[in-house]
Amino acid sequence: MTHDKDRLLSFYHRMLMIRQFEERVKMMFLEGIMPGTIHQCQGQEASAVGVCFALNEKDVITSTHRPHGHAIARGLSVESLMHELFGKSTGCCKAKGGSMHVGDLDQGMVPAIAIVAGNIPLATGIALSYKMRREPHVAVSFMGDGAINEGAFHEAVNMGAIWKLPVLYVIENNRYAASTSIEKMTALDKLSDRAAGYGIPGVTIDGNDVEAVYEATQAALAGARAGDGPTLLELETYRITGHSRRDPCNYQPPEERELAVKREPLGRFTGKLLEAGLATQAELDEIAAAVETEIDAAVESAKAAPEPLPEDALEDVFA
Amino acid sequence: MPEKSSIAEALREGLREEMSRDKDVFCLGEDIAVPGGFGGAFTVTLGLEEQFRERMIDTPIAENGFFGVACGAAIMGMRPVADVQYSDFLLLAMDQIISNMAKMRYMSGGKIRVPVVMRAPVGATGRGAQHAQNPESLFMNVPGIKIVCPSTAYDAKGLLKAAIRDDNPVLMFEHKLLYGSKGARAESDAVDGSSEIPAEDYLVPIGSGIVRRQGTDVTIIGTLLMMHHAMTAAKRLADAGISAEVIDPRSLVPFDYELLVASVEKTGRLIIVQEGPRTGGFAAEIAAEVSERAADYLLAPVCRVASPDIPPPFAPPMENFYRPDPDNIVQAARRLVEG
Ligand SMILES: Cc1ncc(C[n+]2csc(CCOP(=O)(O)OP(=O)(O)O)c2C)c(N)n1
Ligand SMILES: [Mg+2]
Repeated sequence: MTHDKDRLLSFYHRMLMIRQFEERVKMMFLEGIMPGTIHQCQGQEASAVGVCFALNEKDVITSTHRPHGHAIARGLSVESLMHELFGKSTGCCKAKGGSMHVGDLDQGMVPAIAIVAGNIPLATGIALSYKMRREPHVAVSFMGDGAINEGAFHEAVNMGAIWKLPVLYVIENNRYAASTSIEKMTALDKLSDRAAGYGIPGVTIDGNDVEAVYEATQAALAGARAGDGPTLLELETYRITGHSRRDPCNYQPPEERELAVKREPLGRFTGKLLEAGLATQAELDEIAAAVETEIDAAVESAKAAPEPLPEDALEDVFA
Repeated sequence: MPEKSSIAEALREGLREEMSRDKDVFCLGEDIAVPGGFGGAFTVTLGLEEQFRERMIDTPIAENGFFGVACGAAIMGMRPVADVQYSDFLLLAMDQIISNMAKMRYMSGGKIRVPVVMRAPVGATGRGAQHAQNPESLFMNVPGIKIVCPSTAYDAKGLLKAAIRDDNPVLMFEHKLLYGSKGARAESDAVDGSSEIPAEDYLVPIGSGIVRRQGTDVTIIGTLLMMHHAMTAAKRLADAGISAEVIDPRSLVPFDYELLVASVEKTGRLIIVQEGPRTGGFAAEIAAEVSERAADYLLAPVCRVASPDIPPPFAPPMENFYRPDPDNIVQAARRLVEG
């Protein structure tokens, strides 16, 4: 499939937005001006963007403890995210959620779930609601490679399969669950082989190729919308930052890491755009400048935004 | 003077000693034994894999599964120490803990022993609602599980060793802000829980509390971080002319009511401090028990200082509002004593 230039540049813009957002957040976190803990997705931008750009407005995603990229790809503003990370009342969850729970259902993203695999049954349930109400939407559950060993994964995917629900289960296989490598957690070569156990299609692709991710998602969604049921889509990628906070990643072999850094999606895609003459450096620079401006503005407004009052904590427990 | 150990170090040495003493002791959990890794979420098991390669088992992320595995190994006489990275994940293992571990001995008519130790970090520490809970009270409502809550390194080591040698499931809650974890896993806002640790082998008996500070006007009881806040409050109260006795129960099940009731008989007033929602919490249980046992001595109603009935919020101003602090305790004590 060939994509038109606008689409390619929109992939680039959003992937860069995620990368720069994460880099800025990391810097501010290390400076100590941002509260809490963070799990970042540098190196995994193509999976977030490739999947989310294939969705329709009313489709809904569920996400994990590593949700910033999913949120930006889904279309939440960097401003509402930055405010949330800074713990300001103006954040997307009114500072009640924080980094691990960003989301906005009105924008197609359930507040992220920080219990590994806890978000997968939600996607199955969202898809069940679509089926029962005969709505044409699709639910997508992101998950890490570590999540597929939880009972919740098995139970949720099986129900999606037997009820032929419009749901896509996306494994972002970055080879590690925190410090533990994938080889220590499963005896499988390909994680998508799990799909056979549920009687659904399983697909493994290069998750650092944003166009390939987009196309694979489109294909799976077409099946889901046509009533064929779920797909298990494995996206092979790598986290080129720490698991959380100040993790120095000493458990990753240096050679493996170096190779992964060479294959990271943003640099690769930039190279492709320039080499194939699909974009000029000047065009990319212009996009980068716009991204910087937007992030600068988000940081400034987040710093200036009001802190919640202590008693605000008492609100929002019940509907 | 011997150097002080942090709680993380004391737990690590406790594990090392028990694993050296008894080859049936082993650890299982997520990210506990990865070379170059974290040593669990708070560095407790750091480096133990070098000494006990086969008995430090990294599990997949599968809490209900590996807690069940621990139960299965335990009924065969092994002594597993299973840990979760955050106590919130005990909820995923709830079925194995409550349906199997807690009931196996009873259902077998007293034939089977389940010598499992479970370790779980608690406390609201800037991570949002799903990494911040204090589920002690949930488990207190389950007969068949002992529960310990060390607030100092000395107790952490002594209670852990006692728990490993105990023939029953023992759930140990540890506080994230007290570990004294170092390096990349250090916590901001940490509170010092370190102690001098004797060179010789020692145990802290499960079910025995300790008076941390003597006083005559009011008894303040709290576990983990709340014990430290109670001590801070007691010092401030002394400046205001109020003499507070501070009790650290160290275990929630079994509970040292003898110690607590004796203290309340002396002071006539009791404040129970609890991190975690007020309703249905362990503070309510202690209040009810003391009201029955020491009714004739109470000069004022038993008072709870607890979190409001909300999930732990993320932003610091709201989280600080959620987590009881020394100010809350001082105010409660002044109300009780000064009327
Ligand atoms: C039920 C549960 N167990 C453990 C954790 C602690 N934890 C947070 S992230 C993580 C690793 C997750 O790995 P993976 O699913 O591969 O996602 P990744 O971090 O690589 O994005 C672990 C063990 C958790 N949040 N929830
Ligand atoms: Mg992973």
